[in-house]
Amino acid sequence: MLDILGSSLPGIITLSVVFLFGCIGETISEKAGNLNLGIPGVMCFGVVGGTLGSLIYMNLIYPSMPVTANAFGFVEFISYLLLLLFGIVFSFAFGAIGGLIYSFLTTTLKANQNVTGLAITTFGAGIGDFFMSLLRKGDGADLCERVGKIYGFHLTNATLGPGGLVYDDSNWHMGFISSNNPVANIFFQPSLVYICFVLAIVVFIVLNKTRIGLSLRSVGENPATADAAGINTDKYRYLATIIGCGIAGIGGLFYLIKSQGSWDSTFDLQKYGWMTLALVIFTVWNPLIAIAGSILFAFLYSIPSYLKVDMVTGKFLELIPYLVTVVVLIFTSIFGKKNVLPPGSLGVNYFREER
Amino acid sequence: MENTVQQDISIRFENITKTFGSVVANEKITFDVYKGEILSLLGENGSGKTTLMNMLSGIYFPDEGQIYVNGEKVTIASPMDAFRLKIGMVHQHFKLIDVFTCLENIILGITNKEKANKSNARKAVMNLCDRYGFEINLDKKVYDLSVSEKQTLEILKTLYREAEILILDEPTAVLTPIEIKKLFSVLTNMRKDGKTIIIITHKLNEVMEISDRVAVLRKGQYIDTVKTSETNEAQLTEMMVGKKIVLNIKRTEPKDMEDRLFVEHLSLTNKDGTKVLDDINFIARSGEILGIAGIAGSGQRELLEAIAGVKPGYKGDVIFNRPKKNLPVSFFHKTYREVVNMAKNGAFHYEDGTPVDFTGMSSKKIKELVNKEKVIFNENEIYNLRNLNPRTIRELGVRLSFVPEDRLGMGLVGNMDLIDNMMLRSYRKGKGIAVNRKKPEALAEEIVHELDVVTPNLHTPVRKLSGGNVQKVLVGREIASSPKVLMAAYPVRGLDINSSYLIYNLLDKEKQEGSAVIFVGEDLDVLLALCDRILVMCEGRVSGIVDARSATKEEVGLLMTKKKEEEEETNGGENNA
Repeated sequence: MLDILGSSLPGIITLSVVFLFGCIGETISEKAGNLNLGIPGVMCFGVVGGTLGSLIYMNLIYPSMPVTANAFGFVEFISYLLLLLFGIVFSFAFGAIGGLIYSFLTTTLKANQNVTGLAITTFGAGIGDFFMSLLRKGDGADLCERVGKIYGFHLTNATLGPGGLVYDDSNWHMGFISSNNPVANIFFQPSLVYICFVLAIVVFIVLNKTRIGLSLRSVGENPATADAAGINTDKYRYLATIIGCGIAGIGGLFYLIKSQGSWDSTFDLQKYGWMTLALVIFTVWNPLIAIAGSILFAFLYSIPSYLKVDMVTGKFLELIPYLVTVVVLIFTSIFGKKNVLPPGSLGVNYFREER
Repeated sequence: MENTVQQDISIRFENITKTFGSVVANEKITFDVYKGEILSLLGENGSGKTTLMNMLSGIYFPDEGQIYVNGEKVTIASPMDAFRLKIGMVHQHFKLIDVFTCLENIILGITNKEKANKSNARKAVMNLCDRYGFEINLDKKVYDLSVSEKQTLEILKTLYREAEILILDEPTAVLTPIEIKKLFSVLTNMRKDGKTIIIITHKLNEVMEISDRVAVLRKGQYIDTVKTSETNEAQLTEMMVGKKIVLNIKRTEPKDMEDRLFVEHLSLTNKDGTKVLDDINFIARSGEILGIAGIAGSGQRELLEAIAGVKPGYKGDVIFNRPKKNLPVSFFHKTYREVVNMAKNGAFHYEDGTPVDFTGMSSKKIKELVNKEKVIFNENEIYNLRNLNPRTIRELGVRLSFVPEDRLGMGLVGNMDLIDNMMLRSYRKGKGIAVNRKKPEALAEEIVHELDVVTPNLHTPVRKLSGGNVQKVLVGREIASSPKVLMAAYPVRGLDINSSYLIYNLLDKEKQEGSAVIFVGEDLDVLLALCDRILVMCEGRVSGIVDARSATKEEVGLLMTKKKEEEEETNGGENNA
């Protein structure tokens, strides 16, 4: 059992991070009252952006970046950070474009939020499939795989030598502790994993403990009140959705890392995007609960392939996250206090002079 | 009006115009508000009071005209601008975030870091409470607050933002007499501090009691401003409505009284375990209006909802005694042959007593006779409404014309036009799968015409109408169905005098036509003038049923505040207030 757990946990954690990025982004957006059903599409935007950013870096800025190395020096470390930065910035920016389109339609033009969200989803999927096939034309595919491998920069299997970090593995791994214990692997993950978990905590604090968060939540609860209190509701809805979509976009990048640069279509990513939306409900709009929730979802989703059960059982296990979401909705709706209910004006556009 | 802007003028409106679509809400309004006074802004519903004040607080932006604050030309484009000018508004529908604590609501939207700090704010707010005599628990969530506490919080919010000009929109609408007294003493304290206060209202007695001057609007136009000390209620009413109105509410003598509805031992427990209705017993009779008095939230709403079947799960019985003229529900589920057989067995007779023979008549003809109530069913039938669903209860003729605080929520669909809203009650009629649109259209036209509903046309979504007009549509539709029991809760809340009288007359007409009318009201004078009997509720119990013709206001007022048991100490002085 421990073996199964040990071998499956790293995979579970990486999958949970895809969920978690999307969940954090959507939570920010929903807390401001924008029910953004475009998350699956936004994640597709993100994967295009992330790939593009990495390719630019690897083609134009540092073409000779090695995929494997025996020694890890300062230059490689910096170049790794830069690559990561390029990927993050581009995927964030592309995701944010999705958010911008959504905000413009719903906040400025007052289009129906559900319809807009679905349009973004289908649009994003189309964009994703088209550009990913374009980017991977020729030696692009090869580069993508290199990107995937380089990002898969594990913190394991490296030791702190006298001249810096030393690798005893052919993969790029950076770490401070070497361990052969499979369970310990969960603690040694690509750096985005840590960024993601920290981000969840930061977002929780910003939402619940700061003035910005107070204003943002008020816009989602009751925009007329927020407006009367002098809060620029449009600005908050725009920014929350754009930033939220940007974060979800990074989830798209991480999907590429998780699959180590291999790419088939946006199908899986879209599926994860929908699970993300369920996850937001499941975690009652709380990024801290989302950390545990995303791991649980990823666990339920990926455990069948490790347990080697038959297909029907496997599919049933995959069904559980959705089932659990419905159950959570039932419970919070019946017994929930007001603080676990959805934001008061979720999905409703605000127009000041409406009578 | 002088053209020079004087020093002691706090606010000056100059030629303010605001239109919504084709409706002119404010037209060339020009007047001044002085520093340190309480000014009442008086006007009927839809006269543009709230619209004008919303322009002062930055919610709306005027189409034309200029606002001066303290002698300076200002542009108030957003609520933020209003704060900068130290203008604060307490809206009729409170602008509070339910899931936040009081303190969070107070600091919401404040950009100054010092002021937005929670511990600083707490101290400052406590000071304000001491100074003006507020009582509030700052850590309570807003959804746990009572209405008057919410209002207190709203006022504190504006004071914490150092408002010098305070606008209150219908502040007394939801308060009990004692709470109103408290509010007025607070307002007087604030006036002593030199603050300018504008109260939007249409309650004349309060205008006379609290304000220094009264500005009157009528149909979007400014009429005049008068000193309260130099005017009286009759003059103000005339200014407000433009013509003298008959203040007597029509009350006809009840006739053909028949016990229609028996409510027996009705008790209802809320989801959270609190008892909202406790052993309610009464009889509603046809041909009379039974008034229900009580402080808001004493269970009036729940009682009517229980009778109408919207709130099932109560204990006790609601017995409906079906009038003979009304055919039983089961009739409509019977086949043609069964109905003819029933007639053969002498189940029906005409109004003059001759038995009915349906043999040979077409089903269309039978339906016509039945629908025109020419045919009388011989037996009285008794139903226990507890076992029936809302639709069957409606078919029996028990109609709830419920006009709750949220008018659109319960009775009308905001995005649908007048005709479609009429159809909500007749959607089952029509041939095949198509609905009949002609009758609803005629009905909508009739209501618009008879009740003076101000609307561009019949195809306007009802959410675009003003509150009073929405209410007229709702009440009009329910009355049009000629119910056997008509329940109306606060049907005139927020309506102007003329519309209120229209509604009173409609209720009286229904009573003459043999309906048992149950009227939940808040104005005791109206209840005493309109109803035949008044049932007084207090904390979910019936504290008394009085004859409206002989009872006094004090008597009813006392019953309204009567405590459950004598062991709870009752303060005589408070009860009289």
